[in-house]
Amino acid sequence: MSYLKPQFSHPRLPKNKLGYTLKEYEGSLSTLCAGCGHDSISAAIVRACYELDIEPHLVAKISGIGCSSKTPTYFLGNSHGFNSVHGRMPSVATGANMANKDLVYFGVSGDGDSASIGMGQLVHVIRRNLNMVYVVMNNGCYGLTKGQDSATADLGSKNKSGAINPFQAIDLASLAIELGASFVGQSFSGDKQQLIPLLKAAIRHQGFAFLNVISPCVTFNNNPGSTKSYDYVREHIEATSAKDLVPMKNEISVDYEAGTSTPVAMHDDSEIQLNKLARDWDPEDRLSAVNALQKARMEEEILTGLLYVNSDWKDLHRTLNTAKTPLNQLKEEDLNPGTKVLDQINESFR
Amino acid sequence: MNHRINDFIVRFANVNGTGSASANYLFAKTIFRMGIPVTPKNIFPSNIQGLPTWYEVRVSEKCYLGRREGIDLMVSVNPQSMAKDVQSVKEGGYFIYDSTKKLSPEYYREGINYLGIPMMEMANVAFEDPRKRQLLKNIIYVGALVRLLAMDDAVIRTLIEEQFEGKKALVEANFAALSLGMKYVEEHFDYPLDFSLEKRELLNGKILVDGNTACGLGAVFGGATVMAWYPITPSTSVAEAFEKYCKQYRKDESGENKFAIVQAEDELAAMGMVIGGNWNGARAFTATSGPGISLMSEFLGLAYFAEVPAVLIDVQRAGPSTGMPTRTQQSDLLAAAFASHGDTKHILLFPASPSECFEMTAASFDLAEQLQTPVIIMTDLDLGMNDHVSEPFEWNAGRKYKRGKVLTADDLEEIGKFGRYLDSDGDGIPYRTYPGTHPTKGAFFTRGTSKDEYAAYTEDGAAYKRNMDRLIKKWETAKTMVPAAEINISGSSNAIGILFFGTSSFSSEEARDLLAEEEIAVDSIRIKAFPFGSDVVEFVENHGTLFVIEQNRDAQMRKMLLMELDCNPKKLVPVLNYDGMPITADAIKKQITNYLNQKNSTSHELSQTTV
Repeated sequence: MSYLKPQFSHPRLPKNKLGYTLKEYEGSLSTLCAGCGHDSISAAIVRACYELDIEPHLVAKISGIGCSSKTPTYFLGNSHGFNSVHGRMPSVATGANMANKDLVYFGVSGDGDSASIGMGQLVHVIRRNLNMVYVVMNNGCYGLTKGQDSATADLGSKNKSGAINPFQAIDLASLAIELGASFVGQSFSGDKQQLIPLLKAAIRHQGFAFLNVISPCVTFNNNPGSTKSYDYVREHIEATSAKDLVPMKNEISVDYEAGTSTPVAMHDDSEIQLNKLARDWDPEDRLSAVNALQKARMEEEILTGLLYVNSDWKDLHRTLNTAKTPLNQLKEEDLNPGTKVLDQINESFR
Repeated sequence: MNHRINDFIVRFANVNGTGSASANYLFAKTIFRMGIPVTPKNIFPSNIQGLPTWYEVRVSEKCYLGRREGIDLMVSVNPQSMAKDVQSVKEGGYFIYDSTKKLSPEYYREGINYLGIPMMEMANVAFEDPRKRQLLKNIIYVGALVRLLAMDDAVIRTLIEEQFEGKKALVEANFAALSLGMKYVEEHFDYPLDFSLEKRELLNGKILVDGNTACGLGAVFGGATVMAWYPITPSTSVAEAFEKYCKQYRKDESGENKFAIVQAEDELAAMGMVIGGNWNGARAFTATSGPGISLMSEFLGLAYFAEVPAVLIDVQRAGPSTGMPTRTQQSDLLAAAFASHGDTKHILLFPASPSECFEMTAASFDLAEQLQTPVIIMTDLDLGMNDHVSEPFEWNAGRKYKRGKVLTADDLEEIGKFGRYLDSDGDGIPYRTYPGTHPTKGAFFTRGTSKDEYAAYTEDGAAYKRNMDRLIKKWETAKTMVPAAEINISGSSNAIGILFFGTSSFSSEEARDLLAEEEIAVDSIRIKAFPFGSDVVEFVENHGTLFVIEQNRDAQMRKMLLMELDCNPKKLVPVLNYDGMPITADAIKKQITNYLNQKNSTSHELSQTTV
């Protein structure tokens, strides 16, 4: 089925600096289950792009396969999107990014798509520090094939049919930090106060920004005993940070108590305000971030917020030393060495 | 015995990793510089150091560039393979060996001539550095060949000077080794042998180069900016050549790269990157071999259905696994043509020479973008990794890239509602947009199937079928756009034809001449692309017996002809070779004459008794 949203909108909807209302950032009507966490994440992406005054057509949305990978249809309808193959979003995003470094790249994936079939590509896109926002909508199960456990399901978690998961969970946020991701955040689809600024910071980050967002599956994994249910996550969440992104030279007063917030500078001179609560770690120190995650896991807590950021590492384009003009805009005269050069090359083979 | 000029085969038997490759290449290049057609072939193991490796050089005044059986001269410097090497010399041929140690009696054989040269001893006496001794020993045997085969020693000295330009000591050491070999022959043997070289001017500006270099260069000229690849023999040197030429010719004023190359984590990722790059409006490509085709299959299907251009160079090898894959084959045809699940078909191009590797690679980007679909260039190890005498590369000044049906922001303003998968022109090819073209128009969601003409998600069966039918219409359009076949009509009325493609061409053309000598005149067709154009259809229709020559076990091209043309299977007779070595003209001739003899006898005398 294809759903179209009504075109009507309130004439006095607020506009951002580009003159766009939220409407310009929305997509088609979602076909996911009512109450799906993924829809909240889509809404947060809409809001983050609107608030950052991003031209929607200068965003590319790329996904793999699964419920999560369907969501790019449901946000940023004026952006090109690509629903590729299962687990291979990172490579398609890499190729697209190589072709045009000037767009904002959203990669949307799920826990099956990223932690199982696509683990290899996730690992390598991190290693290359591709400039993109990589969002995992993590519900601990395979929704589109009706609720099988995924590799991020916690040991001992009970699924809808009552089976207990006997395997260790893959902790994607820890893994990303361990592999050298230059921006790692964790959040909950139900906490838009935190998710929107985290997304904004991820967009501004010049490099690979990884967001693991716990996003309960209302249909297959929201039962008692599941560690990815709304109730469980709300009870065990340890929300720590990310109150707002403060763009460069922009006076937005942030609501925080002196002494409890740390500004972290982003590559483009904007800052993210980190509100430190109970946890004490330095998000610019990999070791302390990993320790904090491990400790939280032992205590059965889900640590959320900006866990780690490093704005100094080169992204793929800087590593490859590509030209300022995006490669897809180069023409014959930029690319073709010409007939004379070819004559010389021929001569070298005589 | 007659003295043969410019018509013989020399094989070198070496140990992998001993520096023999450059000495052997020097030998072949000297003959090339003497204006004589030459075909060197590397027969190498899946190994870096220690295993036997051979280098075979065919010299042919008549410009036959295929492999031929029958070794006239063996240069044996590898004790490991000596027993086999002795046996492979033709009756009356010559066997050069290192006589520093006495030849073991088991290597004696009647009917061939032994020429012992104490190469190692000579190198040990003349040179101090042990590593140099090893390398210069190779030049000593080349020096011996200079005299034995009447090579032009001025030419070879020039080549040595070019190779070691600015390194005077090395040039002198190589000259000394060369002279040692020459002098040894002068003092110990009659020379030249009963076959030798004579300067000619048969090459008219031709070049000597391998196909992989040509593909890499073709991609530079064709405007490729994104390359993703995963190391695999025999395709790796395509990526290396692309990188080398990009570094030379694709830097901007500030020293920044007008290209991006990523060594991917596997072939799946390489293909994903190619699709992402092309989707975003860059010309992106990859190179691989059979195992990579298997791994890329899912993505190839996606690109076919999502209508994203992609260029893939398949340097075919014997499969699967490791070992034999350092040998050549044409055995990926079916895997490539129908790669993926669902109803998929891909465009294949079959280059037969380095100049075609260059041209077809450059043109494949036009074809892929015009047809918005993957194009796979089916080369092979023989063409890709061996040097071939070839026409020079050509590029007309002012040649423009054909980027296909891509809408600009202005176009989008004018056309009204944009339908990504609408067949507006009736040729099955829709219009596409690159991401970022227009603030409010032209954006669409790319997916495999499940879409309507406006790229909206639908699972409506009728919409699916309309899309599938349009893709077939596009396939019909492709038949008019791919390179035409090369046809040679003998003028005979016997309606016998031979059909071949890629590296089977050299030997097939030679076989055509050999058959003509026996008064079997055959027409020939060299196929350059799949799908087959009307020229191929017509040729097949007009021939009662058509020998389909290919280098695989399952007669894959023959099967593709049967599938696409729906012709009588009995008239397509397979002529096959699949032992990992390039097919020879003799083998083709033998299979064809056997068939014709058998067919004649069967139909005249034995038809009642043989079933």
